[in-house]
Amino acid sequence: MAYRLMKGNEAAVIGALLGGCTHFFGYPITPASEIAQGAAYWFPLSGRMFMQSESEVSVINMVYGAASAGARAMTASSGPGIALMSEGISYLAGARLPAVIIDMQRSGPGLGNIWPEQSDYNMVVKGGGHGDYRNIVFTPYSGQEMLEMTRDAFEIADTYRMTVFILSDAYIGQMMEQVSIDGPVFHGKRKDWAVYGDAQSRNNLITSIHMNTHLQKEHNDLLQSVYKQVSADLVDYETIDTDDADIVMVAYGICARIGLSAIRVLREQGVKAGLFRPKTVWPFPACAIGDLAARKTKLLVVELSSGMMADDVELAVKGRTEVARFGMVGGVTPKVEELVQAVTDMIRGGRDA
Amino acid sequence: MPDTNEKFGRSSVFYDTFERRGAEEKSTHYCPGCGHGTVQKMIAAAIEEFGIQDRTIFLSPVGCSVFAYYYFDTGNIQCSHGRSPAVATGVRRTLRDAVIIGYQGDGDLAGIGLAEIIHAASRGENYSVFFINNAIYGMTGGQMAPTTLLGQRTLTSPNGRDQFNDGRPIGMAELISVLPAPVYVERCSLSTPKQVLKTRLAVRKALRYQIERKGFSFVEILSPCPTNWGMTPIQARTWVTEHLETVFKLGRLKDYDEDVPVPADPVLHPIDDQQMLTLLTAGGIPTVKTSVEKRPSRSFKIGGFGGQGVLSAGELMAACALSEGYRVSWLPSYGPEMRGGSANASVICSDDPIGSPVVDTPDVLLAMNGPALDAFEHTVAPGGVILVNSSVVNQKTRRTDVSYYAVPATEMAKEAQLISAANVVMVSACLAVTGFLSIQTLRESIPRVLRKKAFLERNLGLVDATITYLQQQEII
Ligand SMILES: Cc1ncc(C[n+]2csc(CCOP(=O)(O)OP(=O)(O)O)c2C)c(N)n1
Ligand code: SF4
Repeated sequence: MAYRLMKGNEAAVIGALLGGCTHFFGYPITPASEIAQGAAYWFPLSGRMFMQSESEVSVINMVYGAASAGARAMTASSGPGIALMSEGISYLAGARLPAVIIDMQRSGPGLGNIWPEQSDYNMVVKGGGHGDYRNIVFTPYSGQEMLEMTRDAFEIADTYRMTVFILSDAYIGQMMEQVSIDGPVFHGKRKDWAVYGDAQSRNNLITSIHMNTHLQKEHNDLLQSVYKQVSADLVDYETIDTDDADIVMVAYGICARIGLSAIRVLREQGVKAGLFRPKTVWPFPACAIGDLAARKTKLLVVELSSGMMADDVELAVKGRTEVARFGMVGGVTPKVEELVQAVTDMIRGGRDA
Repeated sequence: MPDTNEKFGRSSVFYDTFERRGAEEKSTHYCPGCGHGTVQKMIAAAIEEFGIQDRTIFLSPVGCSVFAYYYFDTGNIQCSHGRSPAVATGVRRTLRDAVIIGYQGDGDLAGIGLAEIIHAASRGENYSVFFINNAIYGMTGGQMAPTTLLGQRTLTSPNGRDQFNDGRPIGMAELISVLPAPVYVERCSLSTPKQVLKTRLAVRKALRYQIERKGFSFVEILSPCPTNWGMTPIQARTWVTEHLETVFKLGRLKDYDEDVPVPADPVLHPIDDQQMLTLLTAGGIPTVKTSVEKRPSRSFKIGGFGGQGVLSAGELMAACALSEGYRVSWLPSYGPEMRGGSANASVICSDDPIGSPVVDTPDVLLAMNGPALDAFEHTVAPGGVILVNSSVVNQKTRRTDVSYYAVPATEMAKEAQLISAANVVMVSACLAVTGFLSIQTLRESIPRVLRKKAFLERNLGLVDATITYLQQQEII
């Protein structure tokens, strides 16, 4: 096993190479630019293509084109750019094209600032674009996961013909850690539905329009059945010290890292605290959270938004246990002591459920 | 008079029956006298002539020709409104031999998709664009388009297009032709049989250039929309001649038949897995066995001016710890403050998985300037270490519960004629006084982290100089 010290942003690029991505279309935006810059270096070096486009609107449509032609294509951006891509992402879903998108979340709304927030959650997880569609959403919390989740995203995108998001944040992207490159290397295969400009694929059609309501219904029902299958197949999460816990923090990305430090402090203080870390937020690990709720474990949802993921937690809990929200916005991250305090307050019953 | 009213032409490039439209369907969805059918027949005929049916990928736009894929027995991709040039780019960068046909209306191309077409043209993407200018939004029922003529009445310009409220019609062929990259730009018309004939030649040429990999071709075609103009097909053709053609002048604006530099082979040649892994693991650090007994974690804060190598000092520290088998995290302060102002880095080394990468109470503070000492000295853990760059920092720490060391890092770096390496002095001193990681590890790690390899020897020299200095001062 060999390690290299690298930022989450670089790990994502390497994950893309190992995942068989051949096309990267980018447009600069802090804090995601390093991914495009890394791709601009690594992709040509390894016989793949990097291109800077004129806007995120074009980026996503270039991804659409490359995916239509059977390529493994990706992009990376942050809030304002992902928002611009929304129509294109909806088209990808409608046309059932696989794609991988990294969102290095920054503070919003509007131009906001470049420090981390997790306030793209609703846009990415609930679908910022129009129509009844889903994205598969992974939430890495380390450089290693940036690499592995990005790598695996290409396999998963091809399998389900869906967009896979890596929903990360400015800290996970900027942070440098040890990352191992060992592991599988994937390659895209020929797809029987793609348009290759050859005799075999001549009858193939990439489209999201179905003028006839029956056909549209049939198509939309098919999409929903794929989503159902994904929900059965892909839910992923990690639990740390939750078995005997009286109180569990629910957090992803940078908040899960801070939460990990907080539960260590709490355990030292004799508080039975645990951490529940979704690794996918769509599909959301609702059953596992429901199990905690059924055991009456108190839940503290920690995130860099006013409570976007907490809404999903509450849906899973169905009122069976106390859920409190610890939200922080503006680009500020909670200190370990603040989380320790919040947990302590909640145990004493001092925090609003 | 070219007729589009009859069942779609019998080119073998069209399906025999349009099953995607409806079972056994033989007619198109276009209105009588519409130009779309005429142009699509020409395109089909040209595809047939060049024998490129298998290679062709037709990009349907949003607009009345959204359903072009009902008819073309070729590869088909339906695109979002205005973005077909971006889609074409994605396809072109993936498929070397595909013949890509961009087909767009005036709302699609000159309105919502203006940026995409200009940039695809400007990049000289090797594909052919057929731009159907009917001076109106057809599919949505007759609203004003960017190409609508002044005074022309539409649903959204009921009193006629007004130059001050609505702007003037946009000449796309002219706009595209001033870009350096396109190889062929022509404006044609479907007004008369003669013009139709010219259009046919233009369509062929645009496809031929693509097949020859010459680059970007653009054919604007003035085309009737009798339905939304409120005219009969005959009246509409006359209106094209009498009105559209007077504003949008017909003719060839650009044609580089020869001497066009053909773009490099666009085929990708991904390297094989082994080459890839070799490339990616170059400079990697094999795992060093972790000690049986758990070592205590250490956290560091390094602060100074942007440009003093604060961030790379942290990286160097992390690299050393990594090669001694620790897990590490390095987090920069970043953002506007990085530009010229102060910078700081947090580094954590631990045998356990690292939680928060933010260092609020460092075990060790490296203060490379005075403001960094001011900002962080109170945060240092009791019993911790503060090390300052005494070339720059004049004040002493006010803390009495920490070990305090001073090294003239900037002066020593200057002496070694490597002013940028004050950070190496600080890291060397830090490891020497704390004994946290070995100096041998530091020597091995510098080449991994150093970007300018030419300065390797001088950097290593500074490690020795620092140790000598500390020994002379009897600090170690
Ligand atoms: C984002 C978006 N905005 C608006 C529309 C609605 N729309 C459909 S077709 C069209 C106009 C097409 O006009 P044009 O490009 O001139 O083509 P024509 O129908 O005249 O051939 C519009 C605005 C859409 N589909 N998508
Ligand atoms: S509305 Fe106009 S452009 Fe559309 S099909 Fe009818 S005539 Fe053609």
